[in-house]
Parts: sequence; C-alpha cells; structure tokens
Amino acid sequence: MVATFEPKTDYKVVGTRPIRHDGYDKVTGRAIYGGDMKLPGLIWGVCVRSPHAHANIKSIDTTAAEAMDGVFAVITGADMPKAPSKLVDLGEGNINFKWASNKLMADDKVLYRGHPVAAIAAVDRYTAEEAARKVTVEYEVLPSVTNVVDALKEDAPILLEDLVGDDLGEDVTNTNMAAHVRHEFGDVEGAFASAAHTIEREYNMQMVHQGYIEPQNATAMWDEEDRIKVWTSTQGAFPARTQIAGILQVDVSRVKVTPLEIGGGFGGKIPVYFEPLAAILSKKSQRPVKMVMERSAVFETTGPTPGARMIIKLGADANGKLTAATADIWFEAGANPGAFIGPAAMCVYAPYEIANTRIDGWDVLVNKPKVAPYRAPGSPQVAFAMESAIDELCENAGWDSLQFRIDNASKEGTRRGDGVLFSKIGMQEVLEAVKTSDHWNSPLGDAPAGKARGRGIANGYWFNIGLKSSANLAVNSDGTVQLTEGSTDIGGSRTAMAMHVAEVLGIGAHDVRPTVGDTESIGYTDVTGGSRTTYATGYACWLAANNLVDVLKERVAILWDINSDDVDFNDGVFSSKAEAEKTIGFKELAGKLDDLGGPANSTGSVDLESAGDGFGTHIADVEIDLATGKTDIVRYTVVQDVGTAIHPAYVEGQLQGGAVQGIGWALNEEYFMLDDGRMANSSFLDYRMPTTLDLPLIDTVMVEVPNPLHPYGVRGVGETPICPPIPAIANAIKEAIGTRLYETPMNAGSILKALK
Amino acid sequence: MTTNTPSKVHVTTTINGQQHELLVPGYMSLLDTLRELIGLTGTKEGCLDGNCGACTVSIDGRIVDSCLVLGAEVDGKEVSTIEGMATPEGLHPLQQAFLEEAALQCGICTPGFLVAAKGLLDNEPSPSEGRIRHWLAGNLCRCTGYDKIVRAVQKASS
Repeated sequence: MVATFEPKTDYKVVGTRPIRHDGYDKVTGRAIYGGDMKLPGLIWGVCVRSPHAHANIKSIDTTAAEAMDGVFAVITGADMPKAPSKLVDLGEGNINFKWASNKLMADDKVLYRGHPVAAIAAVDRYTAEEAARKVTVEYEVLPSVTNVVDALKEDAPILLEDLVGDDLGEDVTNTNMAAHVRHEFGDVEGAFASAAHTIEREYNMQMVHQGYIEPQNATAMWDEEDRIKVWTSTQGAFPARTQIAGILQVDVSRVKVTPLEIGGGFGGKIPVYFEPLAAILSKKSQRPVKMVMERSAVFETTGPTPGARMIIKLGADANGKLTAATADIWFEAGANPGAFIGPAAMCVYAPYEIANTRIDGWDVLVNKPKVAPYRAPGSPQVAFAMESAIDELCENAGWDSLQFRIDNASKEGTRRGDGVLFSKIGMQEVLEAVKTSDHWNSPLGDAPAGKARGRGIANGYWFNIGLKSSANLAVNSDGTVQLTEGSTDIGGSRTAMAMHVAEVLGIGAHDVRPTVGDTESIGYTDVTGGSRTTYATGYACWLAANNLVDVLKERVAILWDINSDDVDFNDGVFSSKAEAEKTIGFKELAGKLDDLGGPANSTGSVDLESAGDGFGTHIADVEIDLATGKTDIVRYTVVQDVGTAIHPAYVEGQLQGGAVQGIGWALNEEYFMLDDGRMANSSFLDYRMPTTLDLPLIDTVMVEVPNPLHPYGVRGVGETPICPPIPAIANAIKEAIGTRLYETPMNAGSILKALK
Repeated sequence: MTTNTPSKVHVTTTINGQQHELLVPGYMSLLDTLRELIGLTGTKEGCLDGNCGACTVSIDGRIVDSCLVLGAEVDGKEVSTIEGMATPEGLHPLQQAFLEEAALQCGICTPGFLVAAKGLLDNEPSPSEGRIRHWLAGNLCRCTGYDKIVRAVQKASS
C-alpha cells in the first residue's frame, strides 16, 4: 500500500530560500573535494593508456618503470581479480562486474582509446607520469568501429568475442549487438493505413559528455586487516562500495567509502573508475594512493552518453489527433553493453497519448568509452527525434504545434510507450502555462540585417526514480538537530534535506545541521541520480523527523507524568491533550533531555517506487548569422511541473543548468571521431561547452502540481530540463532559415551547409 | 630521483599577504605549488590546459590560470587566491552574493569564478551584464547555466 498525501500550502520552511549549509566552505575554498584529499604517506597513481581504439596486447614490459627511483607499485590486467559476470542495478542503469572490471583495466585486448593497460604508483604525480612513459606495450592493431551502422555490418570487427547478444529473447553470438528490445501496443499497421497525415524521418546524434569540471579521482588505502578505505567524489557512496567490492571480489563490509565533496557528476560519477585501481596499487605499495584523472582521459575513457541513430514515424487523423507511432532506436553502448535503450523506450512517446505504438531499441557496442548515465539518459536523444517529427507533421498539415501538443497531451490514465499507465501528471498544466507565458506572448522581434530569427518549442520527460534512502537525527541540548543522510550533495540537496526536518519539527532550516554520511555512519542509500534525492532522501528525513517527534513525546510524558498518547505536537510545540495550556517548545524540551531519559535520536528509511513523472516544455528564440551560420540564443524559457519546490532557488538552478547542457548539446558538443577511432577534440578548448558569453539569462516558470506520493508534494526535477532544448532549438532553426536539421550538433558548419 | 629531474628554484613570494620562501621544482605549475607545496587546495584543478578557469588566481592584480604558470615564475610577485578573499570582518561581497543568489551548485568552479569576478570589480565597480559575461567567459560552469552567477556578480556590483 503506497501512502498518498494531500497538498498543503501553509509551509513555514518549505518554499523558502535559506543559504545552503555547505555554502560558506564552498565560497572560501575550504570544502574538501576528492582531489583535495591528503593523508600521511600519500603517494600518486597514474594509468598507462592505450593509444589505439582496438588492439590485441601482445606484451607489456614494466621493468624499466619498476626500476625507477620513487616508484612503489606497478599493476597490469594480470593484477585484477577475475570478477564473474554478474549484473547489478545501480539505480540509473545496470553494471556487470566482469565488464566493469575490464573497462578499468584491459586484459588481453584494448577496446577503446585510452583503455588502461597498466597503472603506476610513485612518490608524486610527476614521477608516476615519467614512469608511465617507460612502460612499453606491443599492440596488434585491429580495425575499429565507432558508429552503430558500421558496428552491425556482417563483416564488422567484433569487440567482445564472448558476448551473447539478446535479440528479442534469442541468443546471438559473434555480434556487437548486446540487446534488441521491443514494445508494441494496438494495431500499428492499421492505424497508419487509415491516417490522414504521416511522416517518417531519420535523426542522428553524436556522442556527448557530461562535462563536469572536476575530473574523476580516488584515494584508497588497503590496510593490513584487508580493509579498504576509499575517499572519492561519487554520486553514491553505497553504489560505489557495491562496485568496488564486486570488482575487487571482497565482501562489501570490507570496503568503507567516504564521499568527499563532488564537483559535478550528472550521472557520470555513478560508475567507479580509479577506486579499484588505487586500492590494488595501495595493497602492493602498503601506502595510501591518490589518483586524479587528466582531462583528455575524462573525455576519452569516462562518461559519454550514447550517440544515436533513430527513425520516427508518426500518423495523425484529419482532426489533428495522433493515432500511430513507431520508433527504431540504435544507441552506442561504447566498449561494453548498456546503452539506455530501456529509458529511451519509456520516454519517447511519454508527452503524448497515442493508441497504436511500436518501439524497437538496439544496444550496440562500438570502440568508444563505455557510456555512463548523463542527465535523463536516453531521453534527450528520443526527444530530439520525436519533437522534431511532431513539428514537421504539424508544418505539413498546417497545424499550430503548441495547440497540437495540448490536444494530444498525455494525462492521468494515458499509456506510456512501454506500457505503464500514468497517474496524476502535469503535462497539460505545463503546456497551458506555456500558452499564457510572457515569452510565448511576446513578439520574436525583427532580426538585424544579415540575420534570421526563429522560435521553437518542445516537450521533455523523465520518469524520476525513488529507491532506497536513509537518514538519522540527533537532538542537541541547544535545540538544534544533527542530520546524517546518505545522499552525496551535488547541488544543494543537504539543505533541502534539512528543510524537510525543520518543517516537521517547527524549527528553522539552520537549526538543522546536515552531514552526508560515509558507508559506516549511515544506512544504505542509493545514488544521487534519477532525480530521486530530494524526493526519496527527503522522504526519509521527513520520516526520521516524525519518528523523533514520537521519541520526544515520550520525554514530555515523563516531564508531565502523563501518558505519551496524551501529548500533542504542532508547529514546534508539545502540548497536553488534557490541559491545553500545558505546553513546551521543541527548543526548551531539548535543553531538558539530560534529565528526561538522555539522548534523543531517530532514524528514517525508505524504498520508494517513483518520484512522480516530470514533464517540461521549453521556448527557444534563436538568431542566426546568415554569413557565418552561428546561432545565438536570444531568449529562453523553461516551463516545468516541479511538484512542490522545497528550495525554489535550487530548483530554478536545476532547470537553468539542465537547459544549458541541452543548448550545448544542440549547438556545439560532439565527440569528433577520426577514422582510426581516436577522439579529435578531447579538451575543453575543442569540446566546446557553453560559456557565459554564449547565453542569455534563462527564464523559468515553475508549475507546481504537488506529487501525491511525497509528504510535501516533491517531484523529481533535475533531469527533465535537458530533454527539450535540442528539439526546441531544431524547431527554432527551422523557423529561422526554412530548412530542418536532422543531426546534432547543429553547429555553424551544418547551418551554412543548410543555407546553401 | 632520476637524473633528468630539473633542480629546484628558490622562490620568495607573497601569497594572500603572507610571505613564503619556497624551493619549487622547475617543472611544477603554480597550481601544484599552491596545492601541493603550500596546502592551499581552494584553487581547483579542472583541465590543466587553461581552458576551464577552475584554477584562477591573481598575480599582481592580474587574473591567470595557475595551471599555465610555473611556480618559479611568481618570485617577487603577489599572489591572491580564494583563501585570501574573506577578511576577519567577514565574506567579500561577491562571496556573500554567491551564497544569497544560489550561484553555485557543485561548487568546484566557484573559487575560480570568485577570483575572476573580483578581478573585474576591483577595476570596474559597475560592469554591464555584457561586460560581466565577456570577462567571465574563461571560467566554465557546467551546473548553473551561469544565470545565477551573472546575477550574483551584478548584486555585488556597486
């Protein structure tokens, strides 16, 4: 039985904008991020990486490196425990220990450029790098594949000889196809046959990276008791522990993960990279080992989100009602399986009610880094295809694309493309808010000479997960509360957690001091990802606070010598049910606890289904220089159903940050691959993310449709906003120049080509 | 150590108003000199090739990427880092504005943005939005979309 809650509006703490608790350390440079870790006797580790995208390793000679002064340990694939094939759910995607281990350190074959083949620990980073250059590796270079079309050809080079692909339930071997899934409902062929308007288009997208500013890092100490202590920047201390233990083949209780401050992740810091290698180097050197990844390796070996090929076909009746849709989706997995085709299928049709649908998705191996979750993994890709096709269908039929989206919007009871039925959702409310927004009702304005303007809109969707979270509370004698919770804080979540507690206890947000616990000081908590943190960990904090109220009622009962059932609690004040004038405030009671039974503590833990479906629609105004092809965003508005905004400033921040990542993806960002499988642009100079100069202020319209599944109505918000920008900009470019682009990035070169 | 390791350079420098006498390996960046030799880890490493701005410090009042400067180059110069921005009287107005405007999410780029923005406001107390955007274009932030950063700098402007 799932608990549901009635929305409230008379909050005291929820909806306010307190300064974040960790803010002072972060504006003064005192906050300790993973790369800032220092320990007595600390030494540095680096990797030796493959210069080839696909090659057999004939031999590795590490003797010269080992002989160098200042070198403490050298490891190769031979030092990696042989992790068995075992699939584990990490909340936002699965990992298989066998492939995860192979991804960190090659065995007898390298599968992508930058694939580690050895690692070295030395007295400092410079010595370790010098030693790495002394390792000689003999390779037999193999042909490589870097896109889904080539990877599925009959004569394609095979990445993993022992891969057994799953083709709609049938085993296939000697293949780069890890999986092929299908969802089908209604009479698709019949619906297309009777459709008044149809459209079928192919869309292609290049791989892109999360682009977090802090590189991957890890510090590890494998001690003489065979306990492995790890300090790292991670999106989840417990999922990191699961992976480290699985790859190192030790029990989880042997591994303690202390999450340090994290400099961005967006999904890319859910998988571990250096943690197991630093641990093995530590075991060999008997010293704590720290590793910090160089930026080129961050691009070449971590993170990216799948490049994609997609074919969308839509059918509508003469009245503008969508009746049929098919989607064929090929995603790049990188060097081992797991390309988010599941989430893509869940998201592709989500904003629309369509009776007859089919989705086919293929998970395809290529000689590129293994993909990692990136903010709504799989959804921005299918949003680009679907929302571009919707606009083109409307253009051809002469329909207003906003009204079409309103008329076909999904609502409570609509079936998603993978079969799930929606509960209370806010797609229609969002579209109505677009219609009445200042942006939509303001003229686009005339372009200066030599430029052209266009406006585009598009929808986006993410399903928002729930999962497991834990929180502990302890009362201080001065009437404040210590909160320990398990969600690593990437964007201010600690404060949102404290606000959940403060609202229940009737105290201020700064009367609650939040701490992110390590894996030995708090119960299991899943990743900071899937837009689950404020929802699920907030829920656990709310539970812990309510449990604390129960504990404190017992103490009040001692004080007044009555039964605890006869104690009431409202807005921070305990009162006697029998004598209404008998009251004691939370703070006063806290000062008396020493004489009323001692320390008052509580705990809260949850395992939840979903954080409620998240829908958004963006409005983009672009101005294109017809001589250079450069696109400027001149005005941009994010409209999204955010449930209840606990800390509105940080909710706005999520909407703005997600939108700008989508803008970068739309206009500039791509893995530019050379024929031999190397990435040509693995630096921030050449992989061009948006800067201050590329953007206007980003307006936000927060539509608050409280989520009945959370005590305050929280809905996940962080991922939905990266989905609409790419198609919104594609639709705006089409309006500006009259030509539609079907490929990302839609950079100046592509636009100039389209203008010819 | 190996024979080709360059010898160390004697450096006398002022960091956040305090004089330091250091022996800096000739190959060591100012970033590593601050972080590894002196222990000032508020200056962050993001790319090591001068493209992200996370390691921004000022040398004699001019902002630089400390990963592109050698530690040996700051002999006789005055270096200011994020750790020198607040005073015993309290936070710098930019730091306060960043907190109040929620201008940071993960916070890794924040020290670089604050040092860079101070470099602007020290010389131009009332910059336009366009000027702020032009000045800060060398600092990457991946979390915020810059909206709240620009607003915070505007708030701290006189």
